[in-house]
Amino acid sequence: MHIEKFTPKSDIMMVLIFSAVILLMPIWLQPLGAAYPDLMQRFAIFGLFAIGFNILFGQTGYLSFGHAAFIGVGSYTTVWIFKLFTLNIIPAMIAGVVLSGIFALVIGFICLRRTGIYFSILTLALAQMSYNLAYSVLTPITMGETGLQVEASDPRAWEAPLAEGEVPRTHLFGLEMTDLGGLAGFYICAAFLILGFYVALRITRSPFGSMLRGIKTNNTRMAYTGLNARPYALAAFVISGMYAGLAGSLMAAMDPLAGAERMQWTASGEVVLMTILGGVGTLVGPVIGAASIKYFENIFSAIDGAVLSSALDFLPEAVLNVIVPVLSLFVGKGWHLTLGLVFMLVVIFLPGGIMEGYRRIKARFSKADAE
Amino acid sequence: MSVLEISGVNKTFGGLKALDDVNLQIEEKTVHAVIGPNGAGKSTLLNAVIGKLIPDTGTIMFMNQNMIGLKPHQINQLGISRVFQTPEIFADLSLMENMMIPLLAHRDGEFKLAAWKRSDMDSEIQDKAAHFLEDVNMLEKAGLHAGSMSRGDKRRLELAMCLSQDPKLLLLDEPTAGMARADTNNTIDLLLKIKSRGMTKVIIEHDMHVVFSLADKVSVMAQGHVIVEGSPDEIKGDPRVREAYLGGAEV
Repeated sequence: MHIEKFTPKSDIMMVLIFSAVILLMPIWLQPLGAAYPDLMQRFAIFGLFAIGFNILFGQTGYLSFGHAAFIGVGSYTTVWIFKLFTLNIIPAMIAGVVLSGIFALVIGFICLRRTGIYFSILTLALAQMSYNLAYSVLTPITMGETGLQVEASDPRAWEAPLAEGEVPRTHLFGLEMTDLGGLAGFYICAAFLILGFYVALRITRSPFGSMLRGIKTNNTRMAYTGLNARPYALAAFVISGMYAGLAGSLMAAMDPLAGAERMQWTASGEVVLMTILGGVGTLVGPVIGAASIKYFENIFSAIDGAVLSSALDFLPEAVLNVIVPVLSLFVGKGWHLTLGLVFMLVVIFLPGGIMEGYRRIKARFSKADAE
Repeated sequence: MSVLEISGVNKTFGGLKALDDVNLQIEEKTVHAVIGPNGAGKSTLLNAVIGKLIPDTGTIMFMNQNMIGLKPHQINQLGISRVFQTPEIFADLSLMENMMIPLLAHRDGEFKLAAWKRSDMDSEIQDKAAHFLEDVNMLEKAGLHAGSMSRGDKRRLELAMCLSQDPKLLLLDEPTAGMARADTNNTIDLLLKIKSRGMTKVIIEHDMHVVFSLADKVSVMAQGHVIVEGSPDEIKGDPRVREAYLGGAEV
């Protein structure tokens, strides 16, 4: 089997196409009913989270079950900068990314003493500890169950404080997230997603990327080839932790509050699903996986029996009476059931995820062309 | 001058003496074969040299430096490369990338964070990778998955990976084990081709044809220690070697 060859030129094309697809989302998502800013922001933020996660999981082969902890660190740090200094998102996000990087360095140093399932369990344990700490000992910092919010009583050293009852509006040097008909926030998220995609692409094509894939494929050979795998894996861990921190920071930048529920293990598990669904180890796959899951979560969960009946009212009533209750199981609150089915089908028939499906279709077409 | 000096090395695995007071000196620029029946401790000895296991007692000196306690990657960086009995390659990667990793390790050391450079623009590494693939007649397969190749091809790739690091000492663990006859002959040709190169080689082998066509010196191991040492011709006629292989039975 031949491995695809990439050149600087083909990579630039890929980034341009990716950017175009992302930036035009408000247009092409309209027929899918997903072109509202809040959901598109989530596509971009979770896409970024999954791209970073894939650097560790897809490239290096370390399955972390605790990456939501870095989302939490990014979110809390960002809101604290909002409270203490300014509602401009840039300083807050820089702080969020840097602090989650430091946090990842510590967590990674501990967890990377083990590999395989023991590594996964260690990350899960440390993330659950962080989650529980956020609800208990760290309540003065995290505000526990209430969540951390921007308030009028905050000092805000670099800006005028909020008036009593005023809604805090985060901004990028004056451009508020709700500007441009609500799309300013989305475009900021999209810009970070494109930047994150480009960085991941450069890492993939670099000698460092080769080392990460070497660790995943054959760690024994790495050692007997004179390479110290530990610092490479740690660097991958920190980079993916910073991506998660950036995603958490963006969440807080779009809506200036932070809560510990973002750090729960289900959120860590979700990013694993996203990466597998889209295609482990591919560049675009994790973004597609993230968008698919968020689409299911938001669109399928909004469909109920009434919507189904009106969509299918061309059918005879007798058929409708049978079909609607059955389909209702898979929409609304049952959207997890649909997602579970899709996930099972993908893992069984397309172990390489949606990207493998794309490659197979492409191969079939190019074969048909050749004949 | 001896490159590798193994003295008084012992290793016990749960009561079984795998290495029993092994003394071995490998002279510079020679091909030194280690032969012996299964379970004689040949692979265990190589494992001790590359840092895969730590001997209970004894010293292993490489270029007058004690290597006991060094990590495998540190030992490789000193100039020792090993071809394994079951090829250890990067099965999911292309042949080209398989070659780039050892070349980068040789040039940049055990760790270098080069995350922003493009590998395909690094002409030094690319040229060398192509050169060493050519060396084992595999350049036309450079874009293939390493895992999809035959065992003989995997072995040749691993050999190219080791050669690309320009090691001072090359360890070959049964380079023809489990190979078809044609592949064995190809491998012997290849080993003869690299024999003239400066590096010292230690080869573990069962196939006497391979041993006698390559080795300058032969050590025979049995039950964890070296019983005889000499030139291939001396070894051929030695009754103790027959005994070790045939378990002392009268033939």
